[in-house]
Amino acid sequence: MLYTIIKKNSYQDSINLMLLTNAVSAMEGLEKVQIMMATPANKDIFKDAGLYTDELKAAESNDMAIVIDTKDEKKVEEVLEKVEQYLKDQSISGGSQAFETVRTWDRAQSTLPNANLALISVPGQYAAEEANKALDMGLHVFLFSDNVPMEDEAQLKQKAHEKGLLVMGPDCGTGILDGIPMAFANVVKKGRIGIVGASGTGIQEVSAIIDRLGEGVSHAIGTGGRDLKDPIGAITMMDGIRALENHSQTDIIAVISKPPAKEVRNQVVDLLHHVTKPVVTIFLGEKPETYEGNVYQAYTLAETAKIAVDIAQGKDVQADYNAGDYEVKDVQLKQGQTAIKGLYSGGTLASEAAVLLSDGLGLGTEITNEDGYVLKHKGHEVVDLGDDKYTQGKPHPMIDPETRAKFILEAAKDESTAVILLDFVLGYGSHDDMASALLPHIEYAVSFAKENGRELYVVASVCGTSNDPQDYEGHIKRLKESGVIVKDNNNEAVRTALSIVGLRVNDVQKQYKAKTQPRTTFNLTVSDEVMNLVTEKPRIINVGLKSFTDAIVASNVPVVQYDWRPIAGGNEKMRKILSLLK
Amino acid sequence: MKYNSIDEANKAVIEKIIGSAPFLVDVVPAKSKIKELTEGKVLLHAGPPIKWEDMTGPMQGSCIGASLFEGWASNEADAEKMLANGEVTFIPCHHVNAVGPMGGITSANMPVVVVENRSEGNEAYCTMNEGIGKVLRFGAYSEEVITRLAWMKNVLGPTIAKALKLSEDGLNLNVMIAKAITMGDEFHQRNIAASLIFLKEISPYIVQVEMDEKDRKDVIKFLADTDQFFLNIMMATGKAVLDGARKIEEGTVVTAMTRNGKDFGIRISGMGDQWFTAPVNTPQGLFFTGYSQEDANSDIGDSAITEAFGVGGMAMIAAPGVTRFVGAGGFQDALSTSNEMMEICIDQNSNFTIPTWDFQGACLGIDARKVVETGIEPVINTGIAHKQAGIGQVGAGTVRAPRECFEKALEAYAQKLGLI
Repeated sequence: MLYTIIKKNSYQDSINLMLLTNAVSAMEGLEKVQIMMATPANKDIFKDAGLYTDELKAAESNDMAIVIDTKDEKKVEEVLEKVEQYLKDQSISGGSQAFETVRTWDRAQSTLPNANLALISVPGQYAAEEANKALDMGLHVFLFSDNVPMEDEAQLKQKAHEKGLLVMGPDCGTGILDGIPMAFANVVKKGRIGIVGASGTGIQEVSAIIDRLGEGVSHAIGTGGRDLKDPIGAITMMDGIRALENHSQTDIIAVISKPPAKEVRNQVVDLLHHVTKPVVTIFLGEKPETYEGNVYQAYTLAETAKIAVDIAQGKDVQADYNAGDYEVKDVQLKQGQTAIKGLYSGGTLASEAAVLLSDGLGLGTEITNEDGYVLKHKGHEVVDLGDDKYTQGKPHPMIDPETRAKFILEAAKDESTAVILLDFVLGYGSHDDMASALLPHIEYAVSFAKENGRELYVVASVCGTSNDPQDYEGHIKRLKESGVIVKDNNNEAVRTALSIVGLRVNDVQKQYKAKTQPRTTFNLTVSDEVMNLVTEKPRIINVGLKSFTDAIVASNVPVVQYDWRPIAGGNEKMRKILSLLK
Repeated sequence: MKYNSIDEANKAVIEKIIGSAPFLVDVVPAKSKIKELTEGKVLLHAGPPIKWEDMTGPMQGSCIGASLFEGWASNEADAEKMLANGEVTFIPCHHVNAVGPMGGITSANMPVVVVENRSEGNEAYCTMNEGIGKVLRFGAYSEEVITRLAWMKNVLGPTIAKALKLSEDGLNLNVMIAKAITMGDEFHQRNIAASLIFLKEISPYIVQVEMDEKDRKDVIKFLADTDQFFLNIMMATGKAVLDGARKIEEGTVVTAMTRNGKDFGIRISGMGDQWFTAPVNTPQGLFFTGYSQEDANSDIGDSAITEAFGVGGMAMIAAPGVTRFVGAGGFQDALSTSNEMMEICIDQNSNFTIPTWDFQGACLGIDARKVVETGIEPVINTGIAHKQAGIGQVGAGTVRAPRECFEKALEAYAQKLGLI
């Protein structure tokens, strides 16, 4: 049976009415329904659909016609209600975003014409190509991507240097530019201490401790882990140091490096002796015995931060910041429970743990790396679970608890384990609440050991600040409530673990030494582009991982999101033709 | 190549597009401009070349209608037999300076609008819009359709032609387009503003034409009722402008996009008249009751010349009234669509600024390289024909140009330049 509703002089455009027809058609109990303006042409359409009625025939062009074919007359009322409701809330929730999303470099540039930095997180095989494009456009590059060949890194950095630009990375996990956390980074107060360093948890640990001690960071420029290797020659680190030397709001420079090539190291140190500002350095694995001129070399990341803070606050630099009382009362270990298992999400933190453990074991301070194990000795293990070995096809342990949970259980089953040593790295990019995610596994591990007659000690540090998106204090509280021994920083955590198994690190009271005459002279000036990078808020093209825009948007910094995809969908033939048709 | 780079050649092409001066100057029987139509039984069709047996329903229906209109046959069966046995020669509209909507079927005595591109001295032609419902372009060929075609030939065409003669210069189309784009037209799905502007411009002349009063009233009524009347003028405009621009015989600017129901074809500036084709997609959209996606004919018509020109789907943001054709979304989706289309264009056409786009110019110059590089296929706003001849329009929606066409074009151009 056909029912007709004519809404006189009720104009809606045809698209609206088609959508409405679709919505109404979905109702149960209707054979057919059509809603259209009653124009002559539309009447023909009604006719074709077998929905032509006398009421419709009489309707005029400005009338809305609803014709319903149904066996149930009650449905007509329902349809009418639905129509009224639909027409009432027609407005569509648009939801505009804080930034534009583009698909090409051209469009990125025209959307943000004054951009000065590309944050690139595309797959490693494409990273060099995209970084080159960014450099050609006159942009500094923050290269988060890893698996970039060494020769590509050298080429990119040389090109950047010639153009007066900086390449931060590759494998640049973290950075802070004018207070803005980049990639995986803590929210650190702005301040007088500038950092250049291998870009990972080393920068995070130092900058977070600086924040917690009440000082702040001007910039933290990541260099990538291989910058101080021979083929690269510390291009980014040296340009970064020059940048901070010329940045008037930076009073102190902190330099963080993984074990460097000797020649390159000496060149960097020579440069540091040239700068006019006090410098704190750490070359991971080197146990310094002196402070030399304006260069204060530290042994641990915490010491690096503390020296910098003391200088910033006009205090005398102490001879040592590492020694302390790390005793844990009433330790009860069974015979044979001697081993420390360091299960780390942060690479540099793992390395630091390995150095200190190795030192405590009397094995020297050199770091090795085998399958992510930065230390493996008589049951003692320190493993970097963020190493490529453990992240193939799996999320990084800073994001996902699974791999670490597995290792914690393994450690608990191992009868030699006395201490499980952990890091919790907060900040942008990291898991929302890793403490809560790992605690069930930790508690299970401890109770498992207990059932087997063993006490298991869990020692941890939390790398974070009170302004991080996660709850720093809450993290510590939750861990402590579950029986985890929480120390302020990784250095203290490692030493606490050592003391539980009856070991300790012998610390050196560092002596002051006058500046030795540098062998070379250095030009300390920087390009206008680099000056612009350190003196102004960055304007960022984010190429790849969209989540990196969170921190940038939260900092009210202009950003355009480039939803990167492989050129020509990865079609090699077309890719080649395109490169020929440039 | 006489240019230093492809970018430079492309720039020359888009400068010709911006610098074009299209005027609507006349309405004439197709045969008076297209001599090929006088050489026996000839029909023009949309898209790249196609044979009768490969044509989809609507185009075949249009051919039948045109045969009846021309008096080549007196009934459907005879017409179909004649068309199938090879008596009729088929030529793409594009090969004779013409474009045609949907089936694009154009015969000798159908009136066509004449658009003159004064910057380059070339012309383009397109049949006149028949309105909606049962119309030839969607494959309908009933008595009503043929009667209307006859009226358009005998009354509508000559009236507009006489009116245009009374204007000094013809109608300046750039001005009309610029006005209409600020009034919510994107010139493919929505032409109501431009059609009204046309009516506003032509009416003062129509009232001066010496003619039968009933005919005059019918003409005005038809123009007032036909919301999409300007679409066909826009198509001829796009054709005239892009044909003028492709005199620069280098570069990778897309100079035509068209579909014959089987194949999608494009031309690029550096490859002259050559078509690069791939199988067409089927439009997705909204359907009139009783019809569904199942009934949709595959993509058809020369009207994608509007997108090649930078309007239509490319200018979705200009037409909030039809935004909901893009995935039934809202304003934000229309904005995203036009922003996405800018990714594959070289520049923006400052002649046609779009208020809802913060007064940015319409898209200008689709670069085939960018299409292939990004994988972003141009979006086309389109009517949807029923796949059976004679039923007509069943909905409207959007469709994408297949990337393969652009890949083939680039490969051929790289070969021409001796790069591979």
